[in-house]
Amino acid sequence: MTTAARPPEAAEVERRLLTTTVERMKAWARRSSIWPAQFGLACCAIEMMATAAARFDLARFGSELFRASPRQADLLIVSGRVSQKMGPVIRHIYDQMLEPKWVIAMGDCASCGGVFNNYALVQGVDKIIPVDVYVAGCPPRPEALLHGFLQLLEQIDRSGGRR
Amino acid sequence: MAAVFRQTVAMLRGLLITGRYLFRRRVTAPYPDVKPPVAARFKGRHWLTLYADGLERCVGCELCVIVCPSQAIYVKAAENTPERQVSKGERHAEEFQINMLRCIFCGFCEEACPTGAIVLGHDYELAGYTRASMIYTKGMLTEPYPGASGRDPGREV
Repeated sequence: MTTAARPPEAAEVERRLLTTTVERMKAWARRSSIWPAQFGLACCAIEMMATAAARFDLARFGSELFRASPRQADLLIVSGRVSQKMGPVIRHIYDQMLEPKWVIAMGDCASCGGVFNNYALVQGVDKIIPVDVYVAGCPPRPEALLHGFLQLLEQIDRSGGRR
Repeated sequence: MAAVFRQTVAMLRGLLITGRYLFRRRVTAPYPDVKPPVAARFKGRHWLTLYADGLERCVGCELCVIVCPSQAIYVKAAENTPERQVSKGERHAEEFQINMLRCIFCGFCEEACPTGAIVLGHDYELAGYTRASMIYTKGMLTEPYPGASGRDPGREV
């Protein structure tokens, strides 16, 4: 959780005396309980389910469970291709989520359209909603999604819990 | 009294099931600490391989560009000159880019490559904060030393 701006002595004091700033406490609290929205679009969603299941267990990193209500979710994992018809639905779900909220574009299709470079699909979900982490793979292995998720946690640490 | 006893027994029986799982083998893979080995023929990120003498295998023929089903590869070929011999053929790839977000890791490029220059490695941890950062350029794709990708640098193709 070290940021570049802090001197090393500050980190040492913090480690020994358990002091911290409110900002970093907030970042820690937020990164430690990122609950994803229960929202799957295509084959990547199968891998997302595997990531949440016992073998890979996303709950180890604080994503205790997938919330069916976007109002209780912090993270939207766009897992699959986004058709032109699905675009407004995703935007709607994203708008319903409370701040701060993060988005992972899981897999090729969500990130940039992938192999489907055609009129039916949105060429990247970032044309509709802001994306924090892009995970490559078709579909990504559960480990690859976990890696992307850890990248997101790092980014939350760096940004002080702000989106 | 009997009801309390019954309820206690029921609770203990429930806890017994929980307790039994304590001694079972753990199913969760400790992923970020221990990276599980992938299958031998797993297709992950690409490498541009080198010959044992350090010359590039890629001859800039662009067959991978043609065969790629998701148009993820961009190759700009240039002529080899006697002063600057980059590969063993007449041409070499001056620029070689693969968009990891387009690539579906099908391995067609590896099959199409006449010199065995492009191979798909075992690295699957591909995530980035921007789309631009996921376009891998030639410097990132070329293996750091002959054989770094795990393929024998002395093989024919």
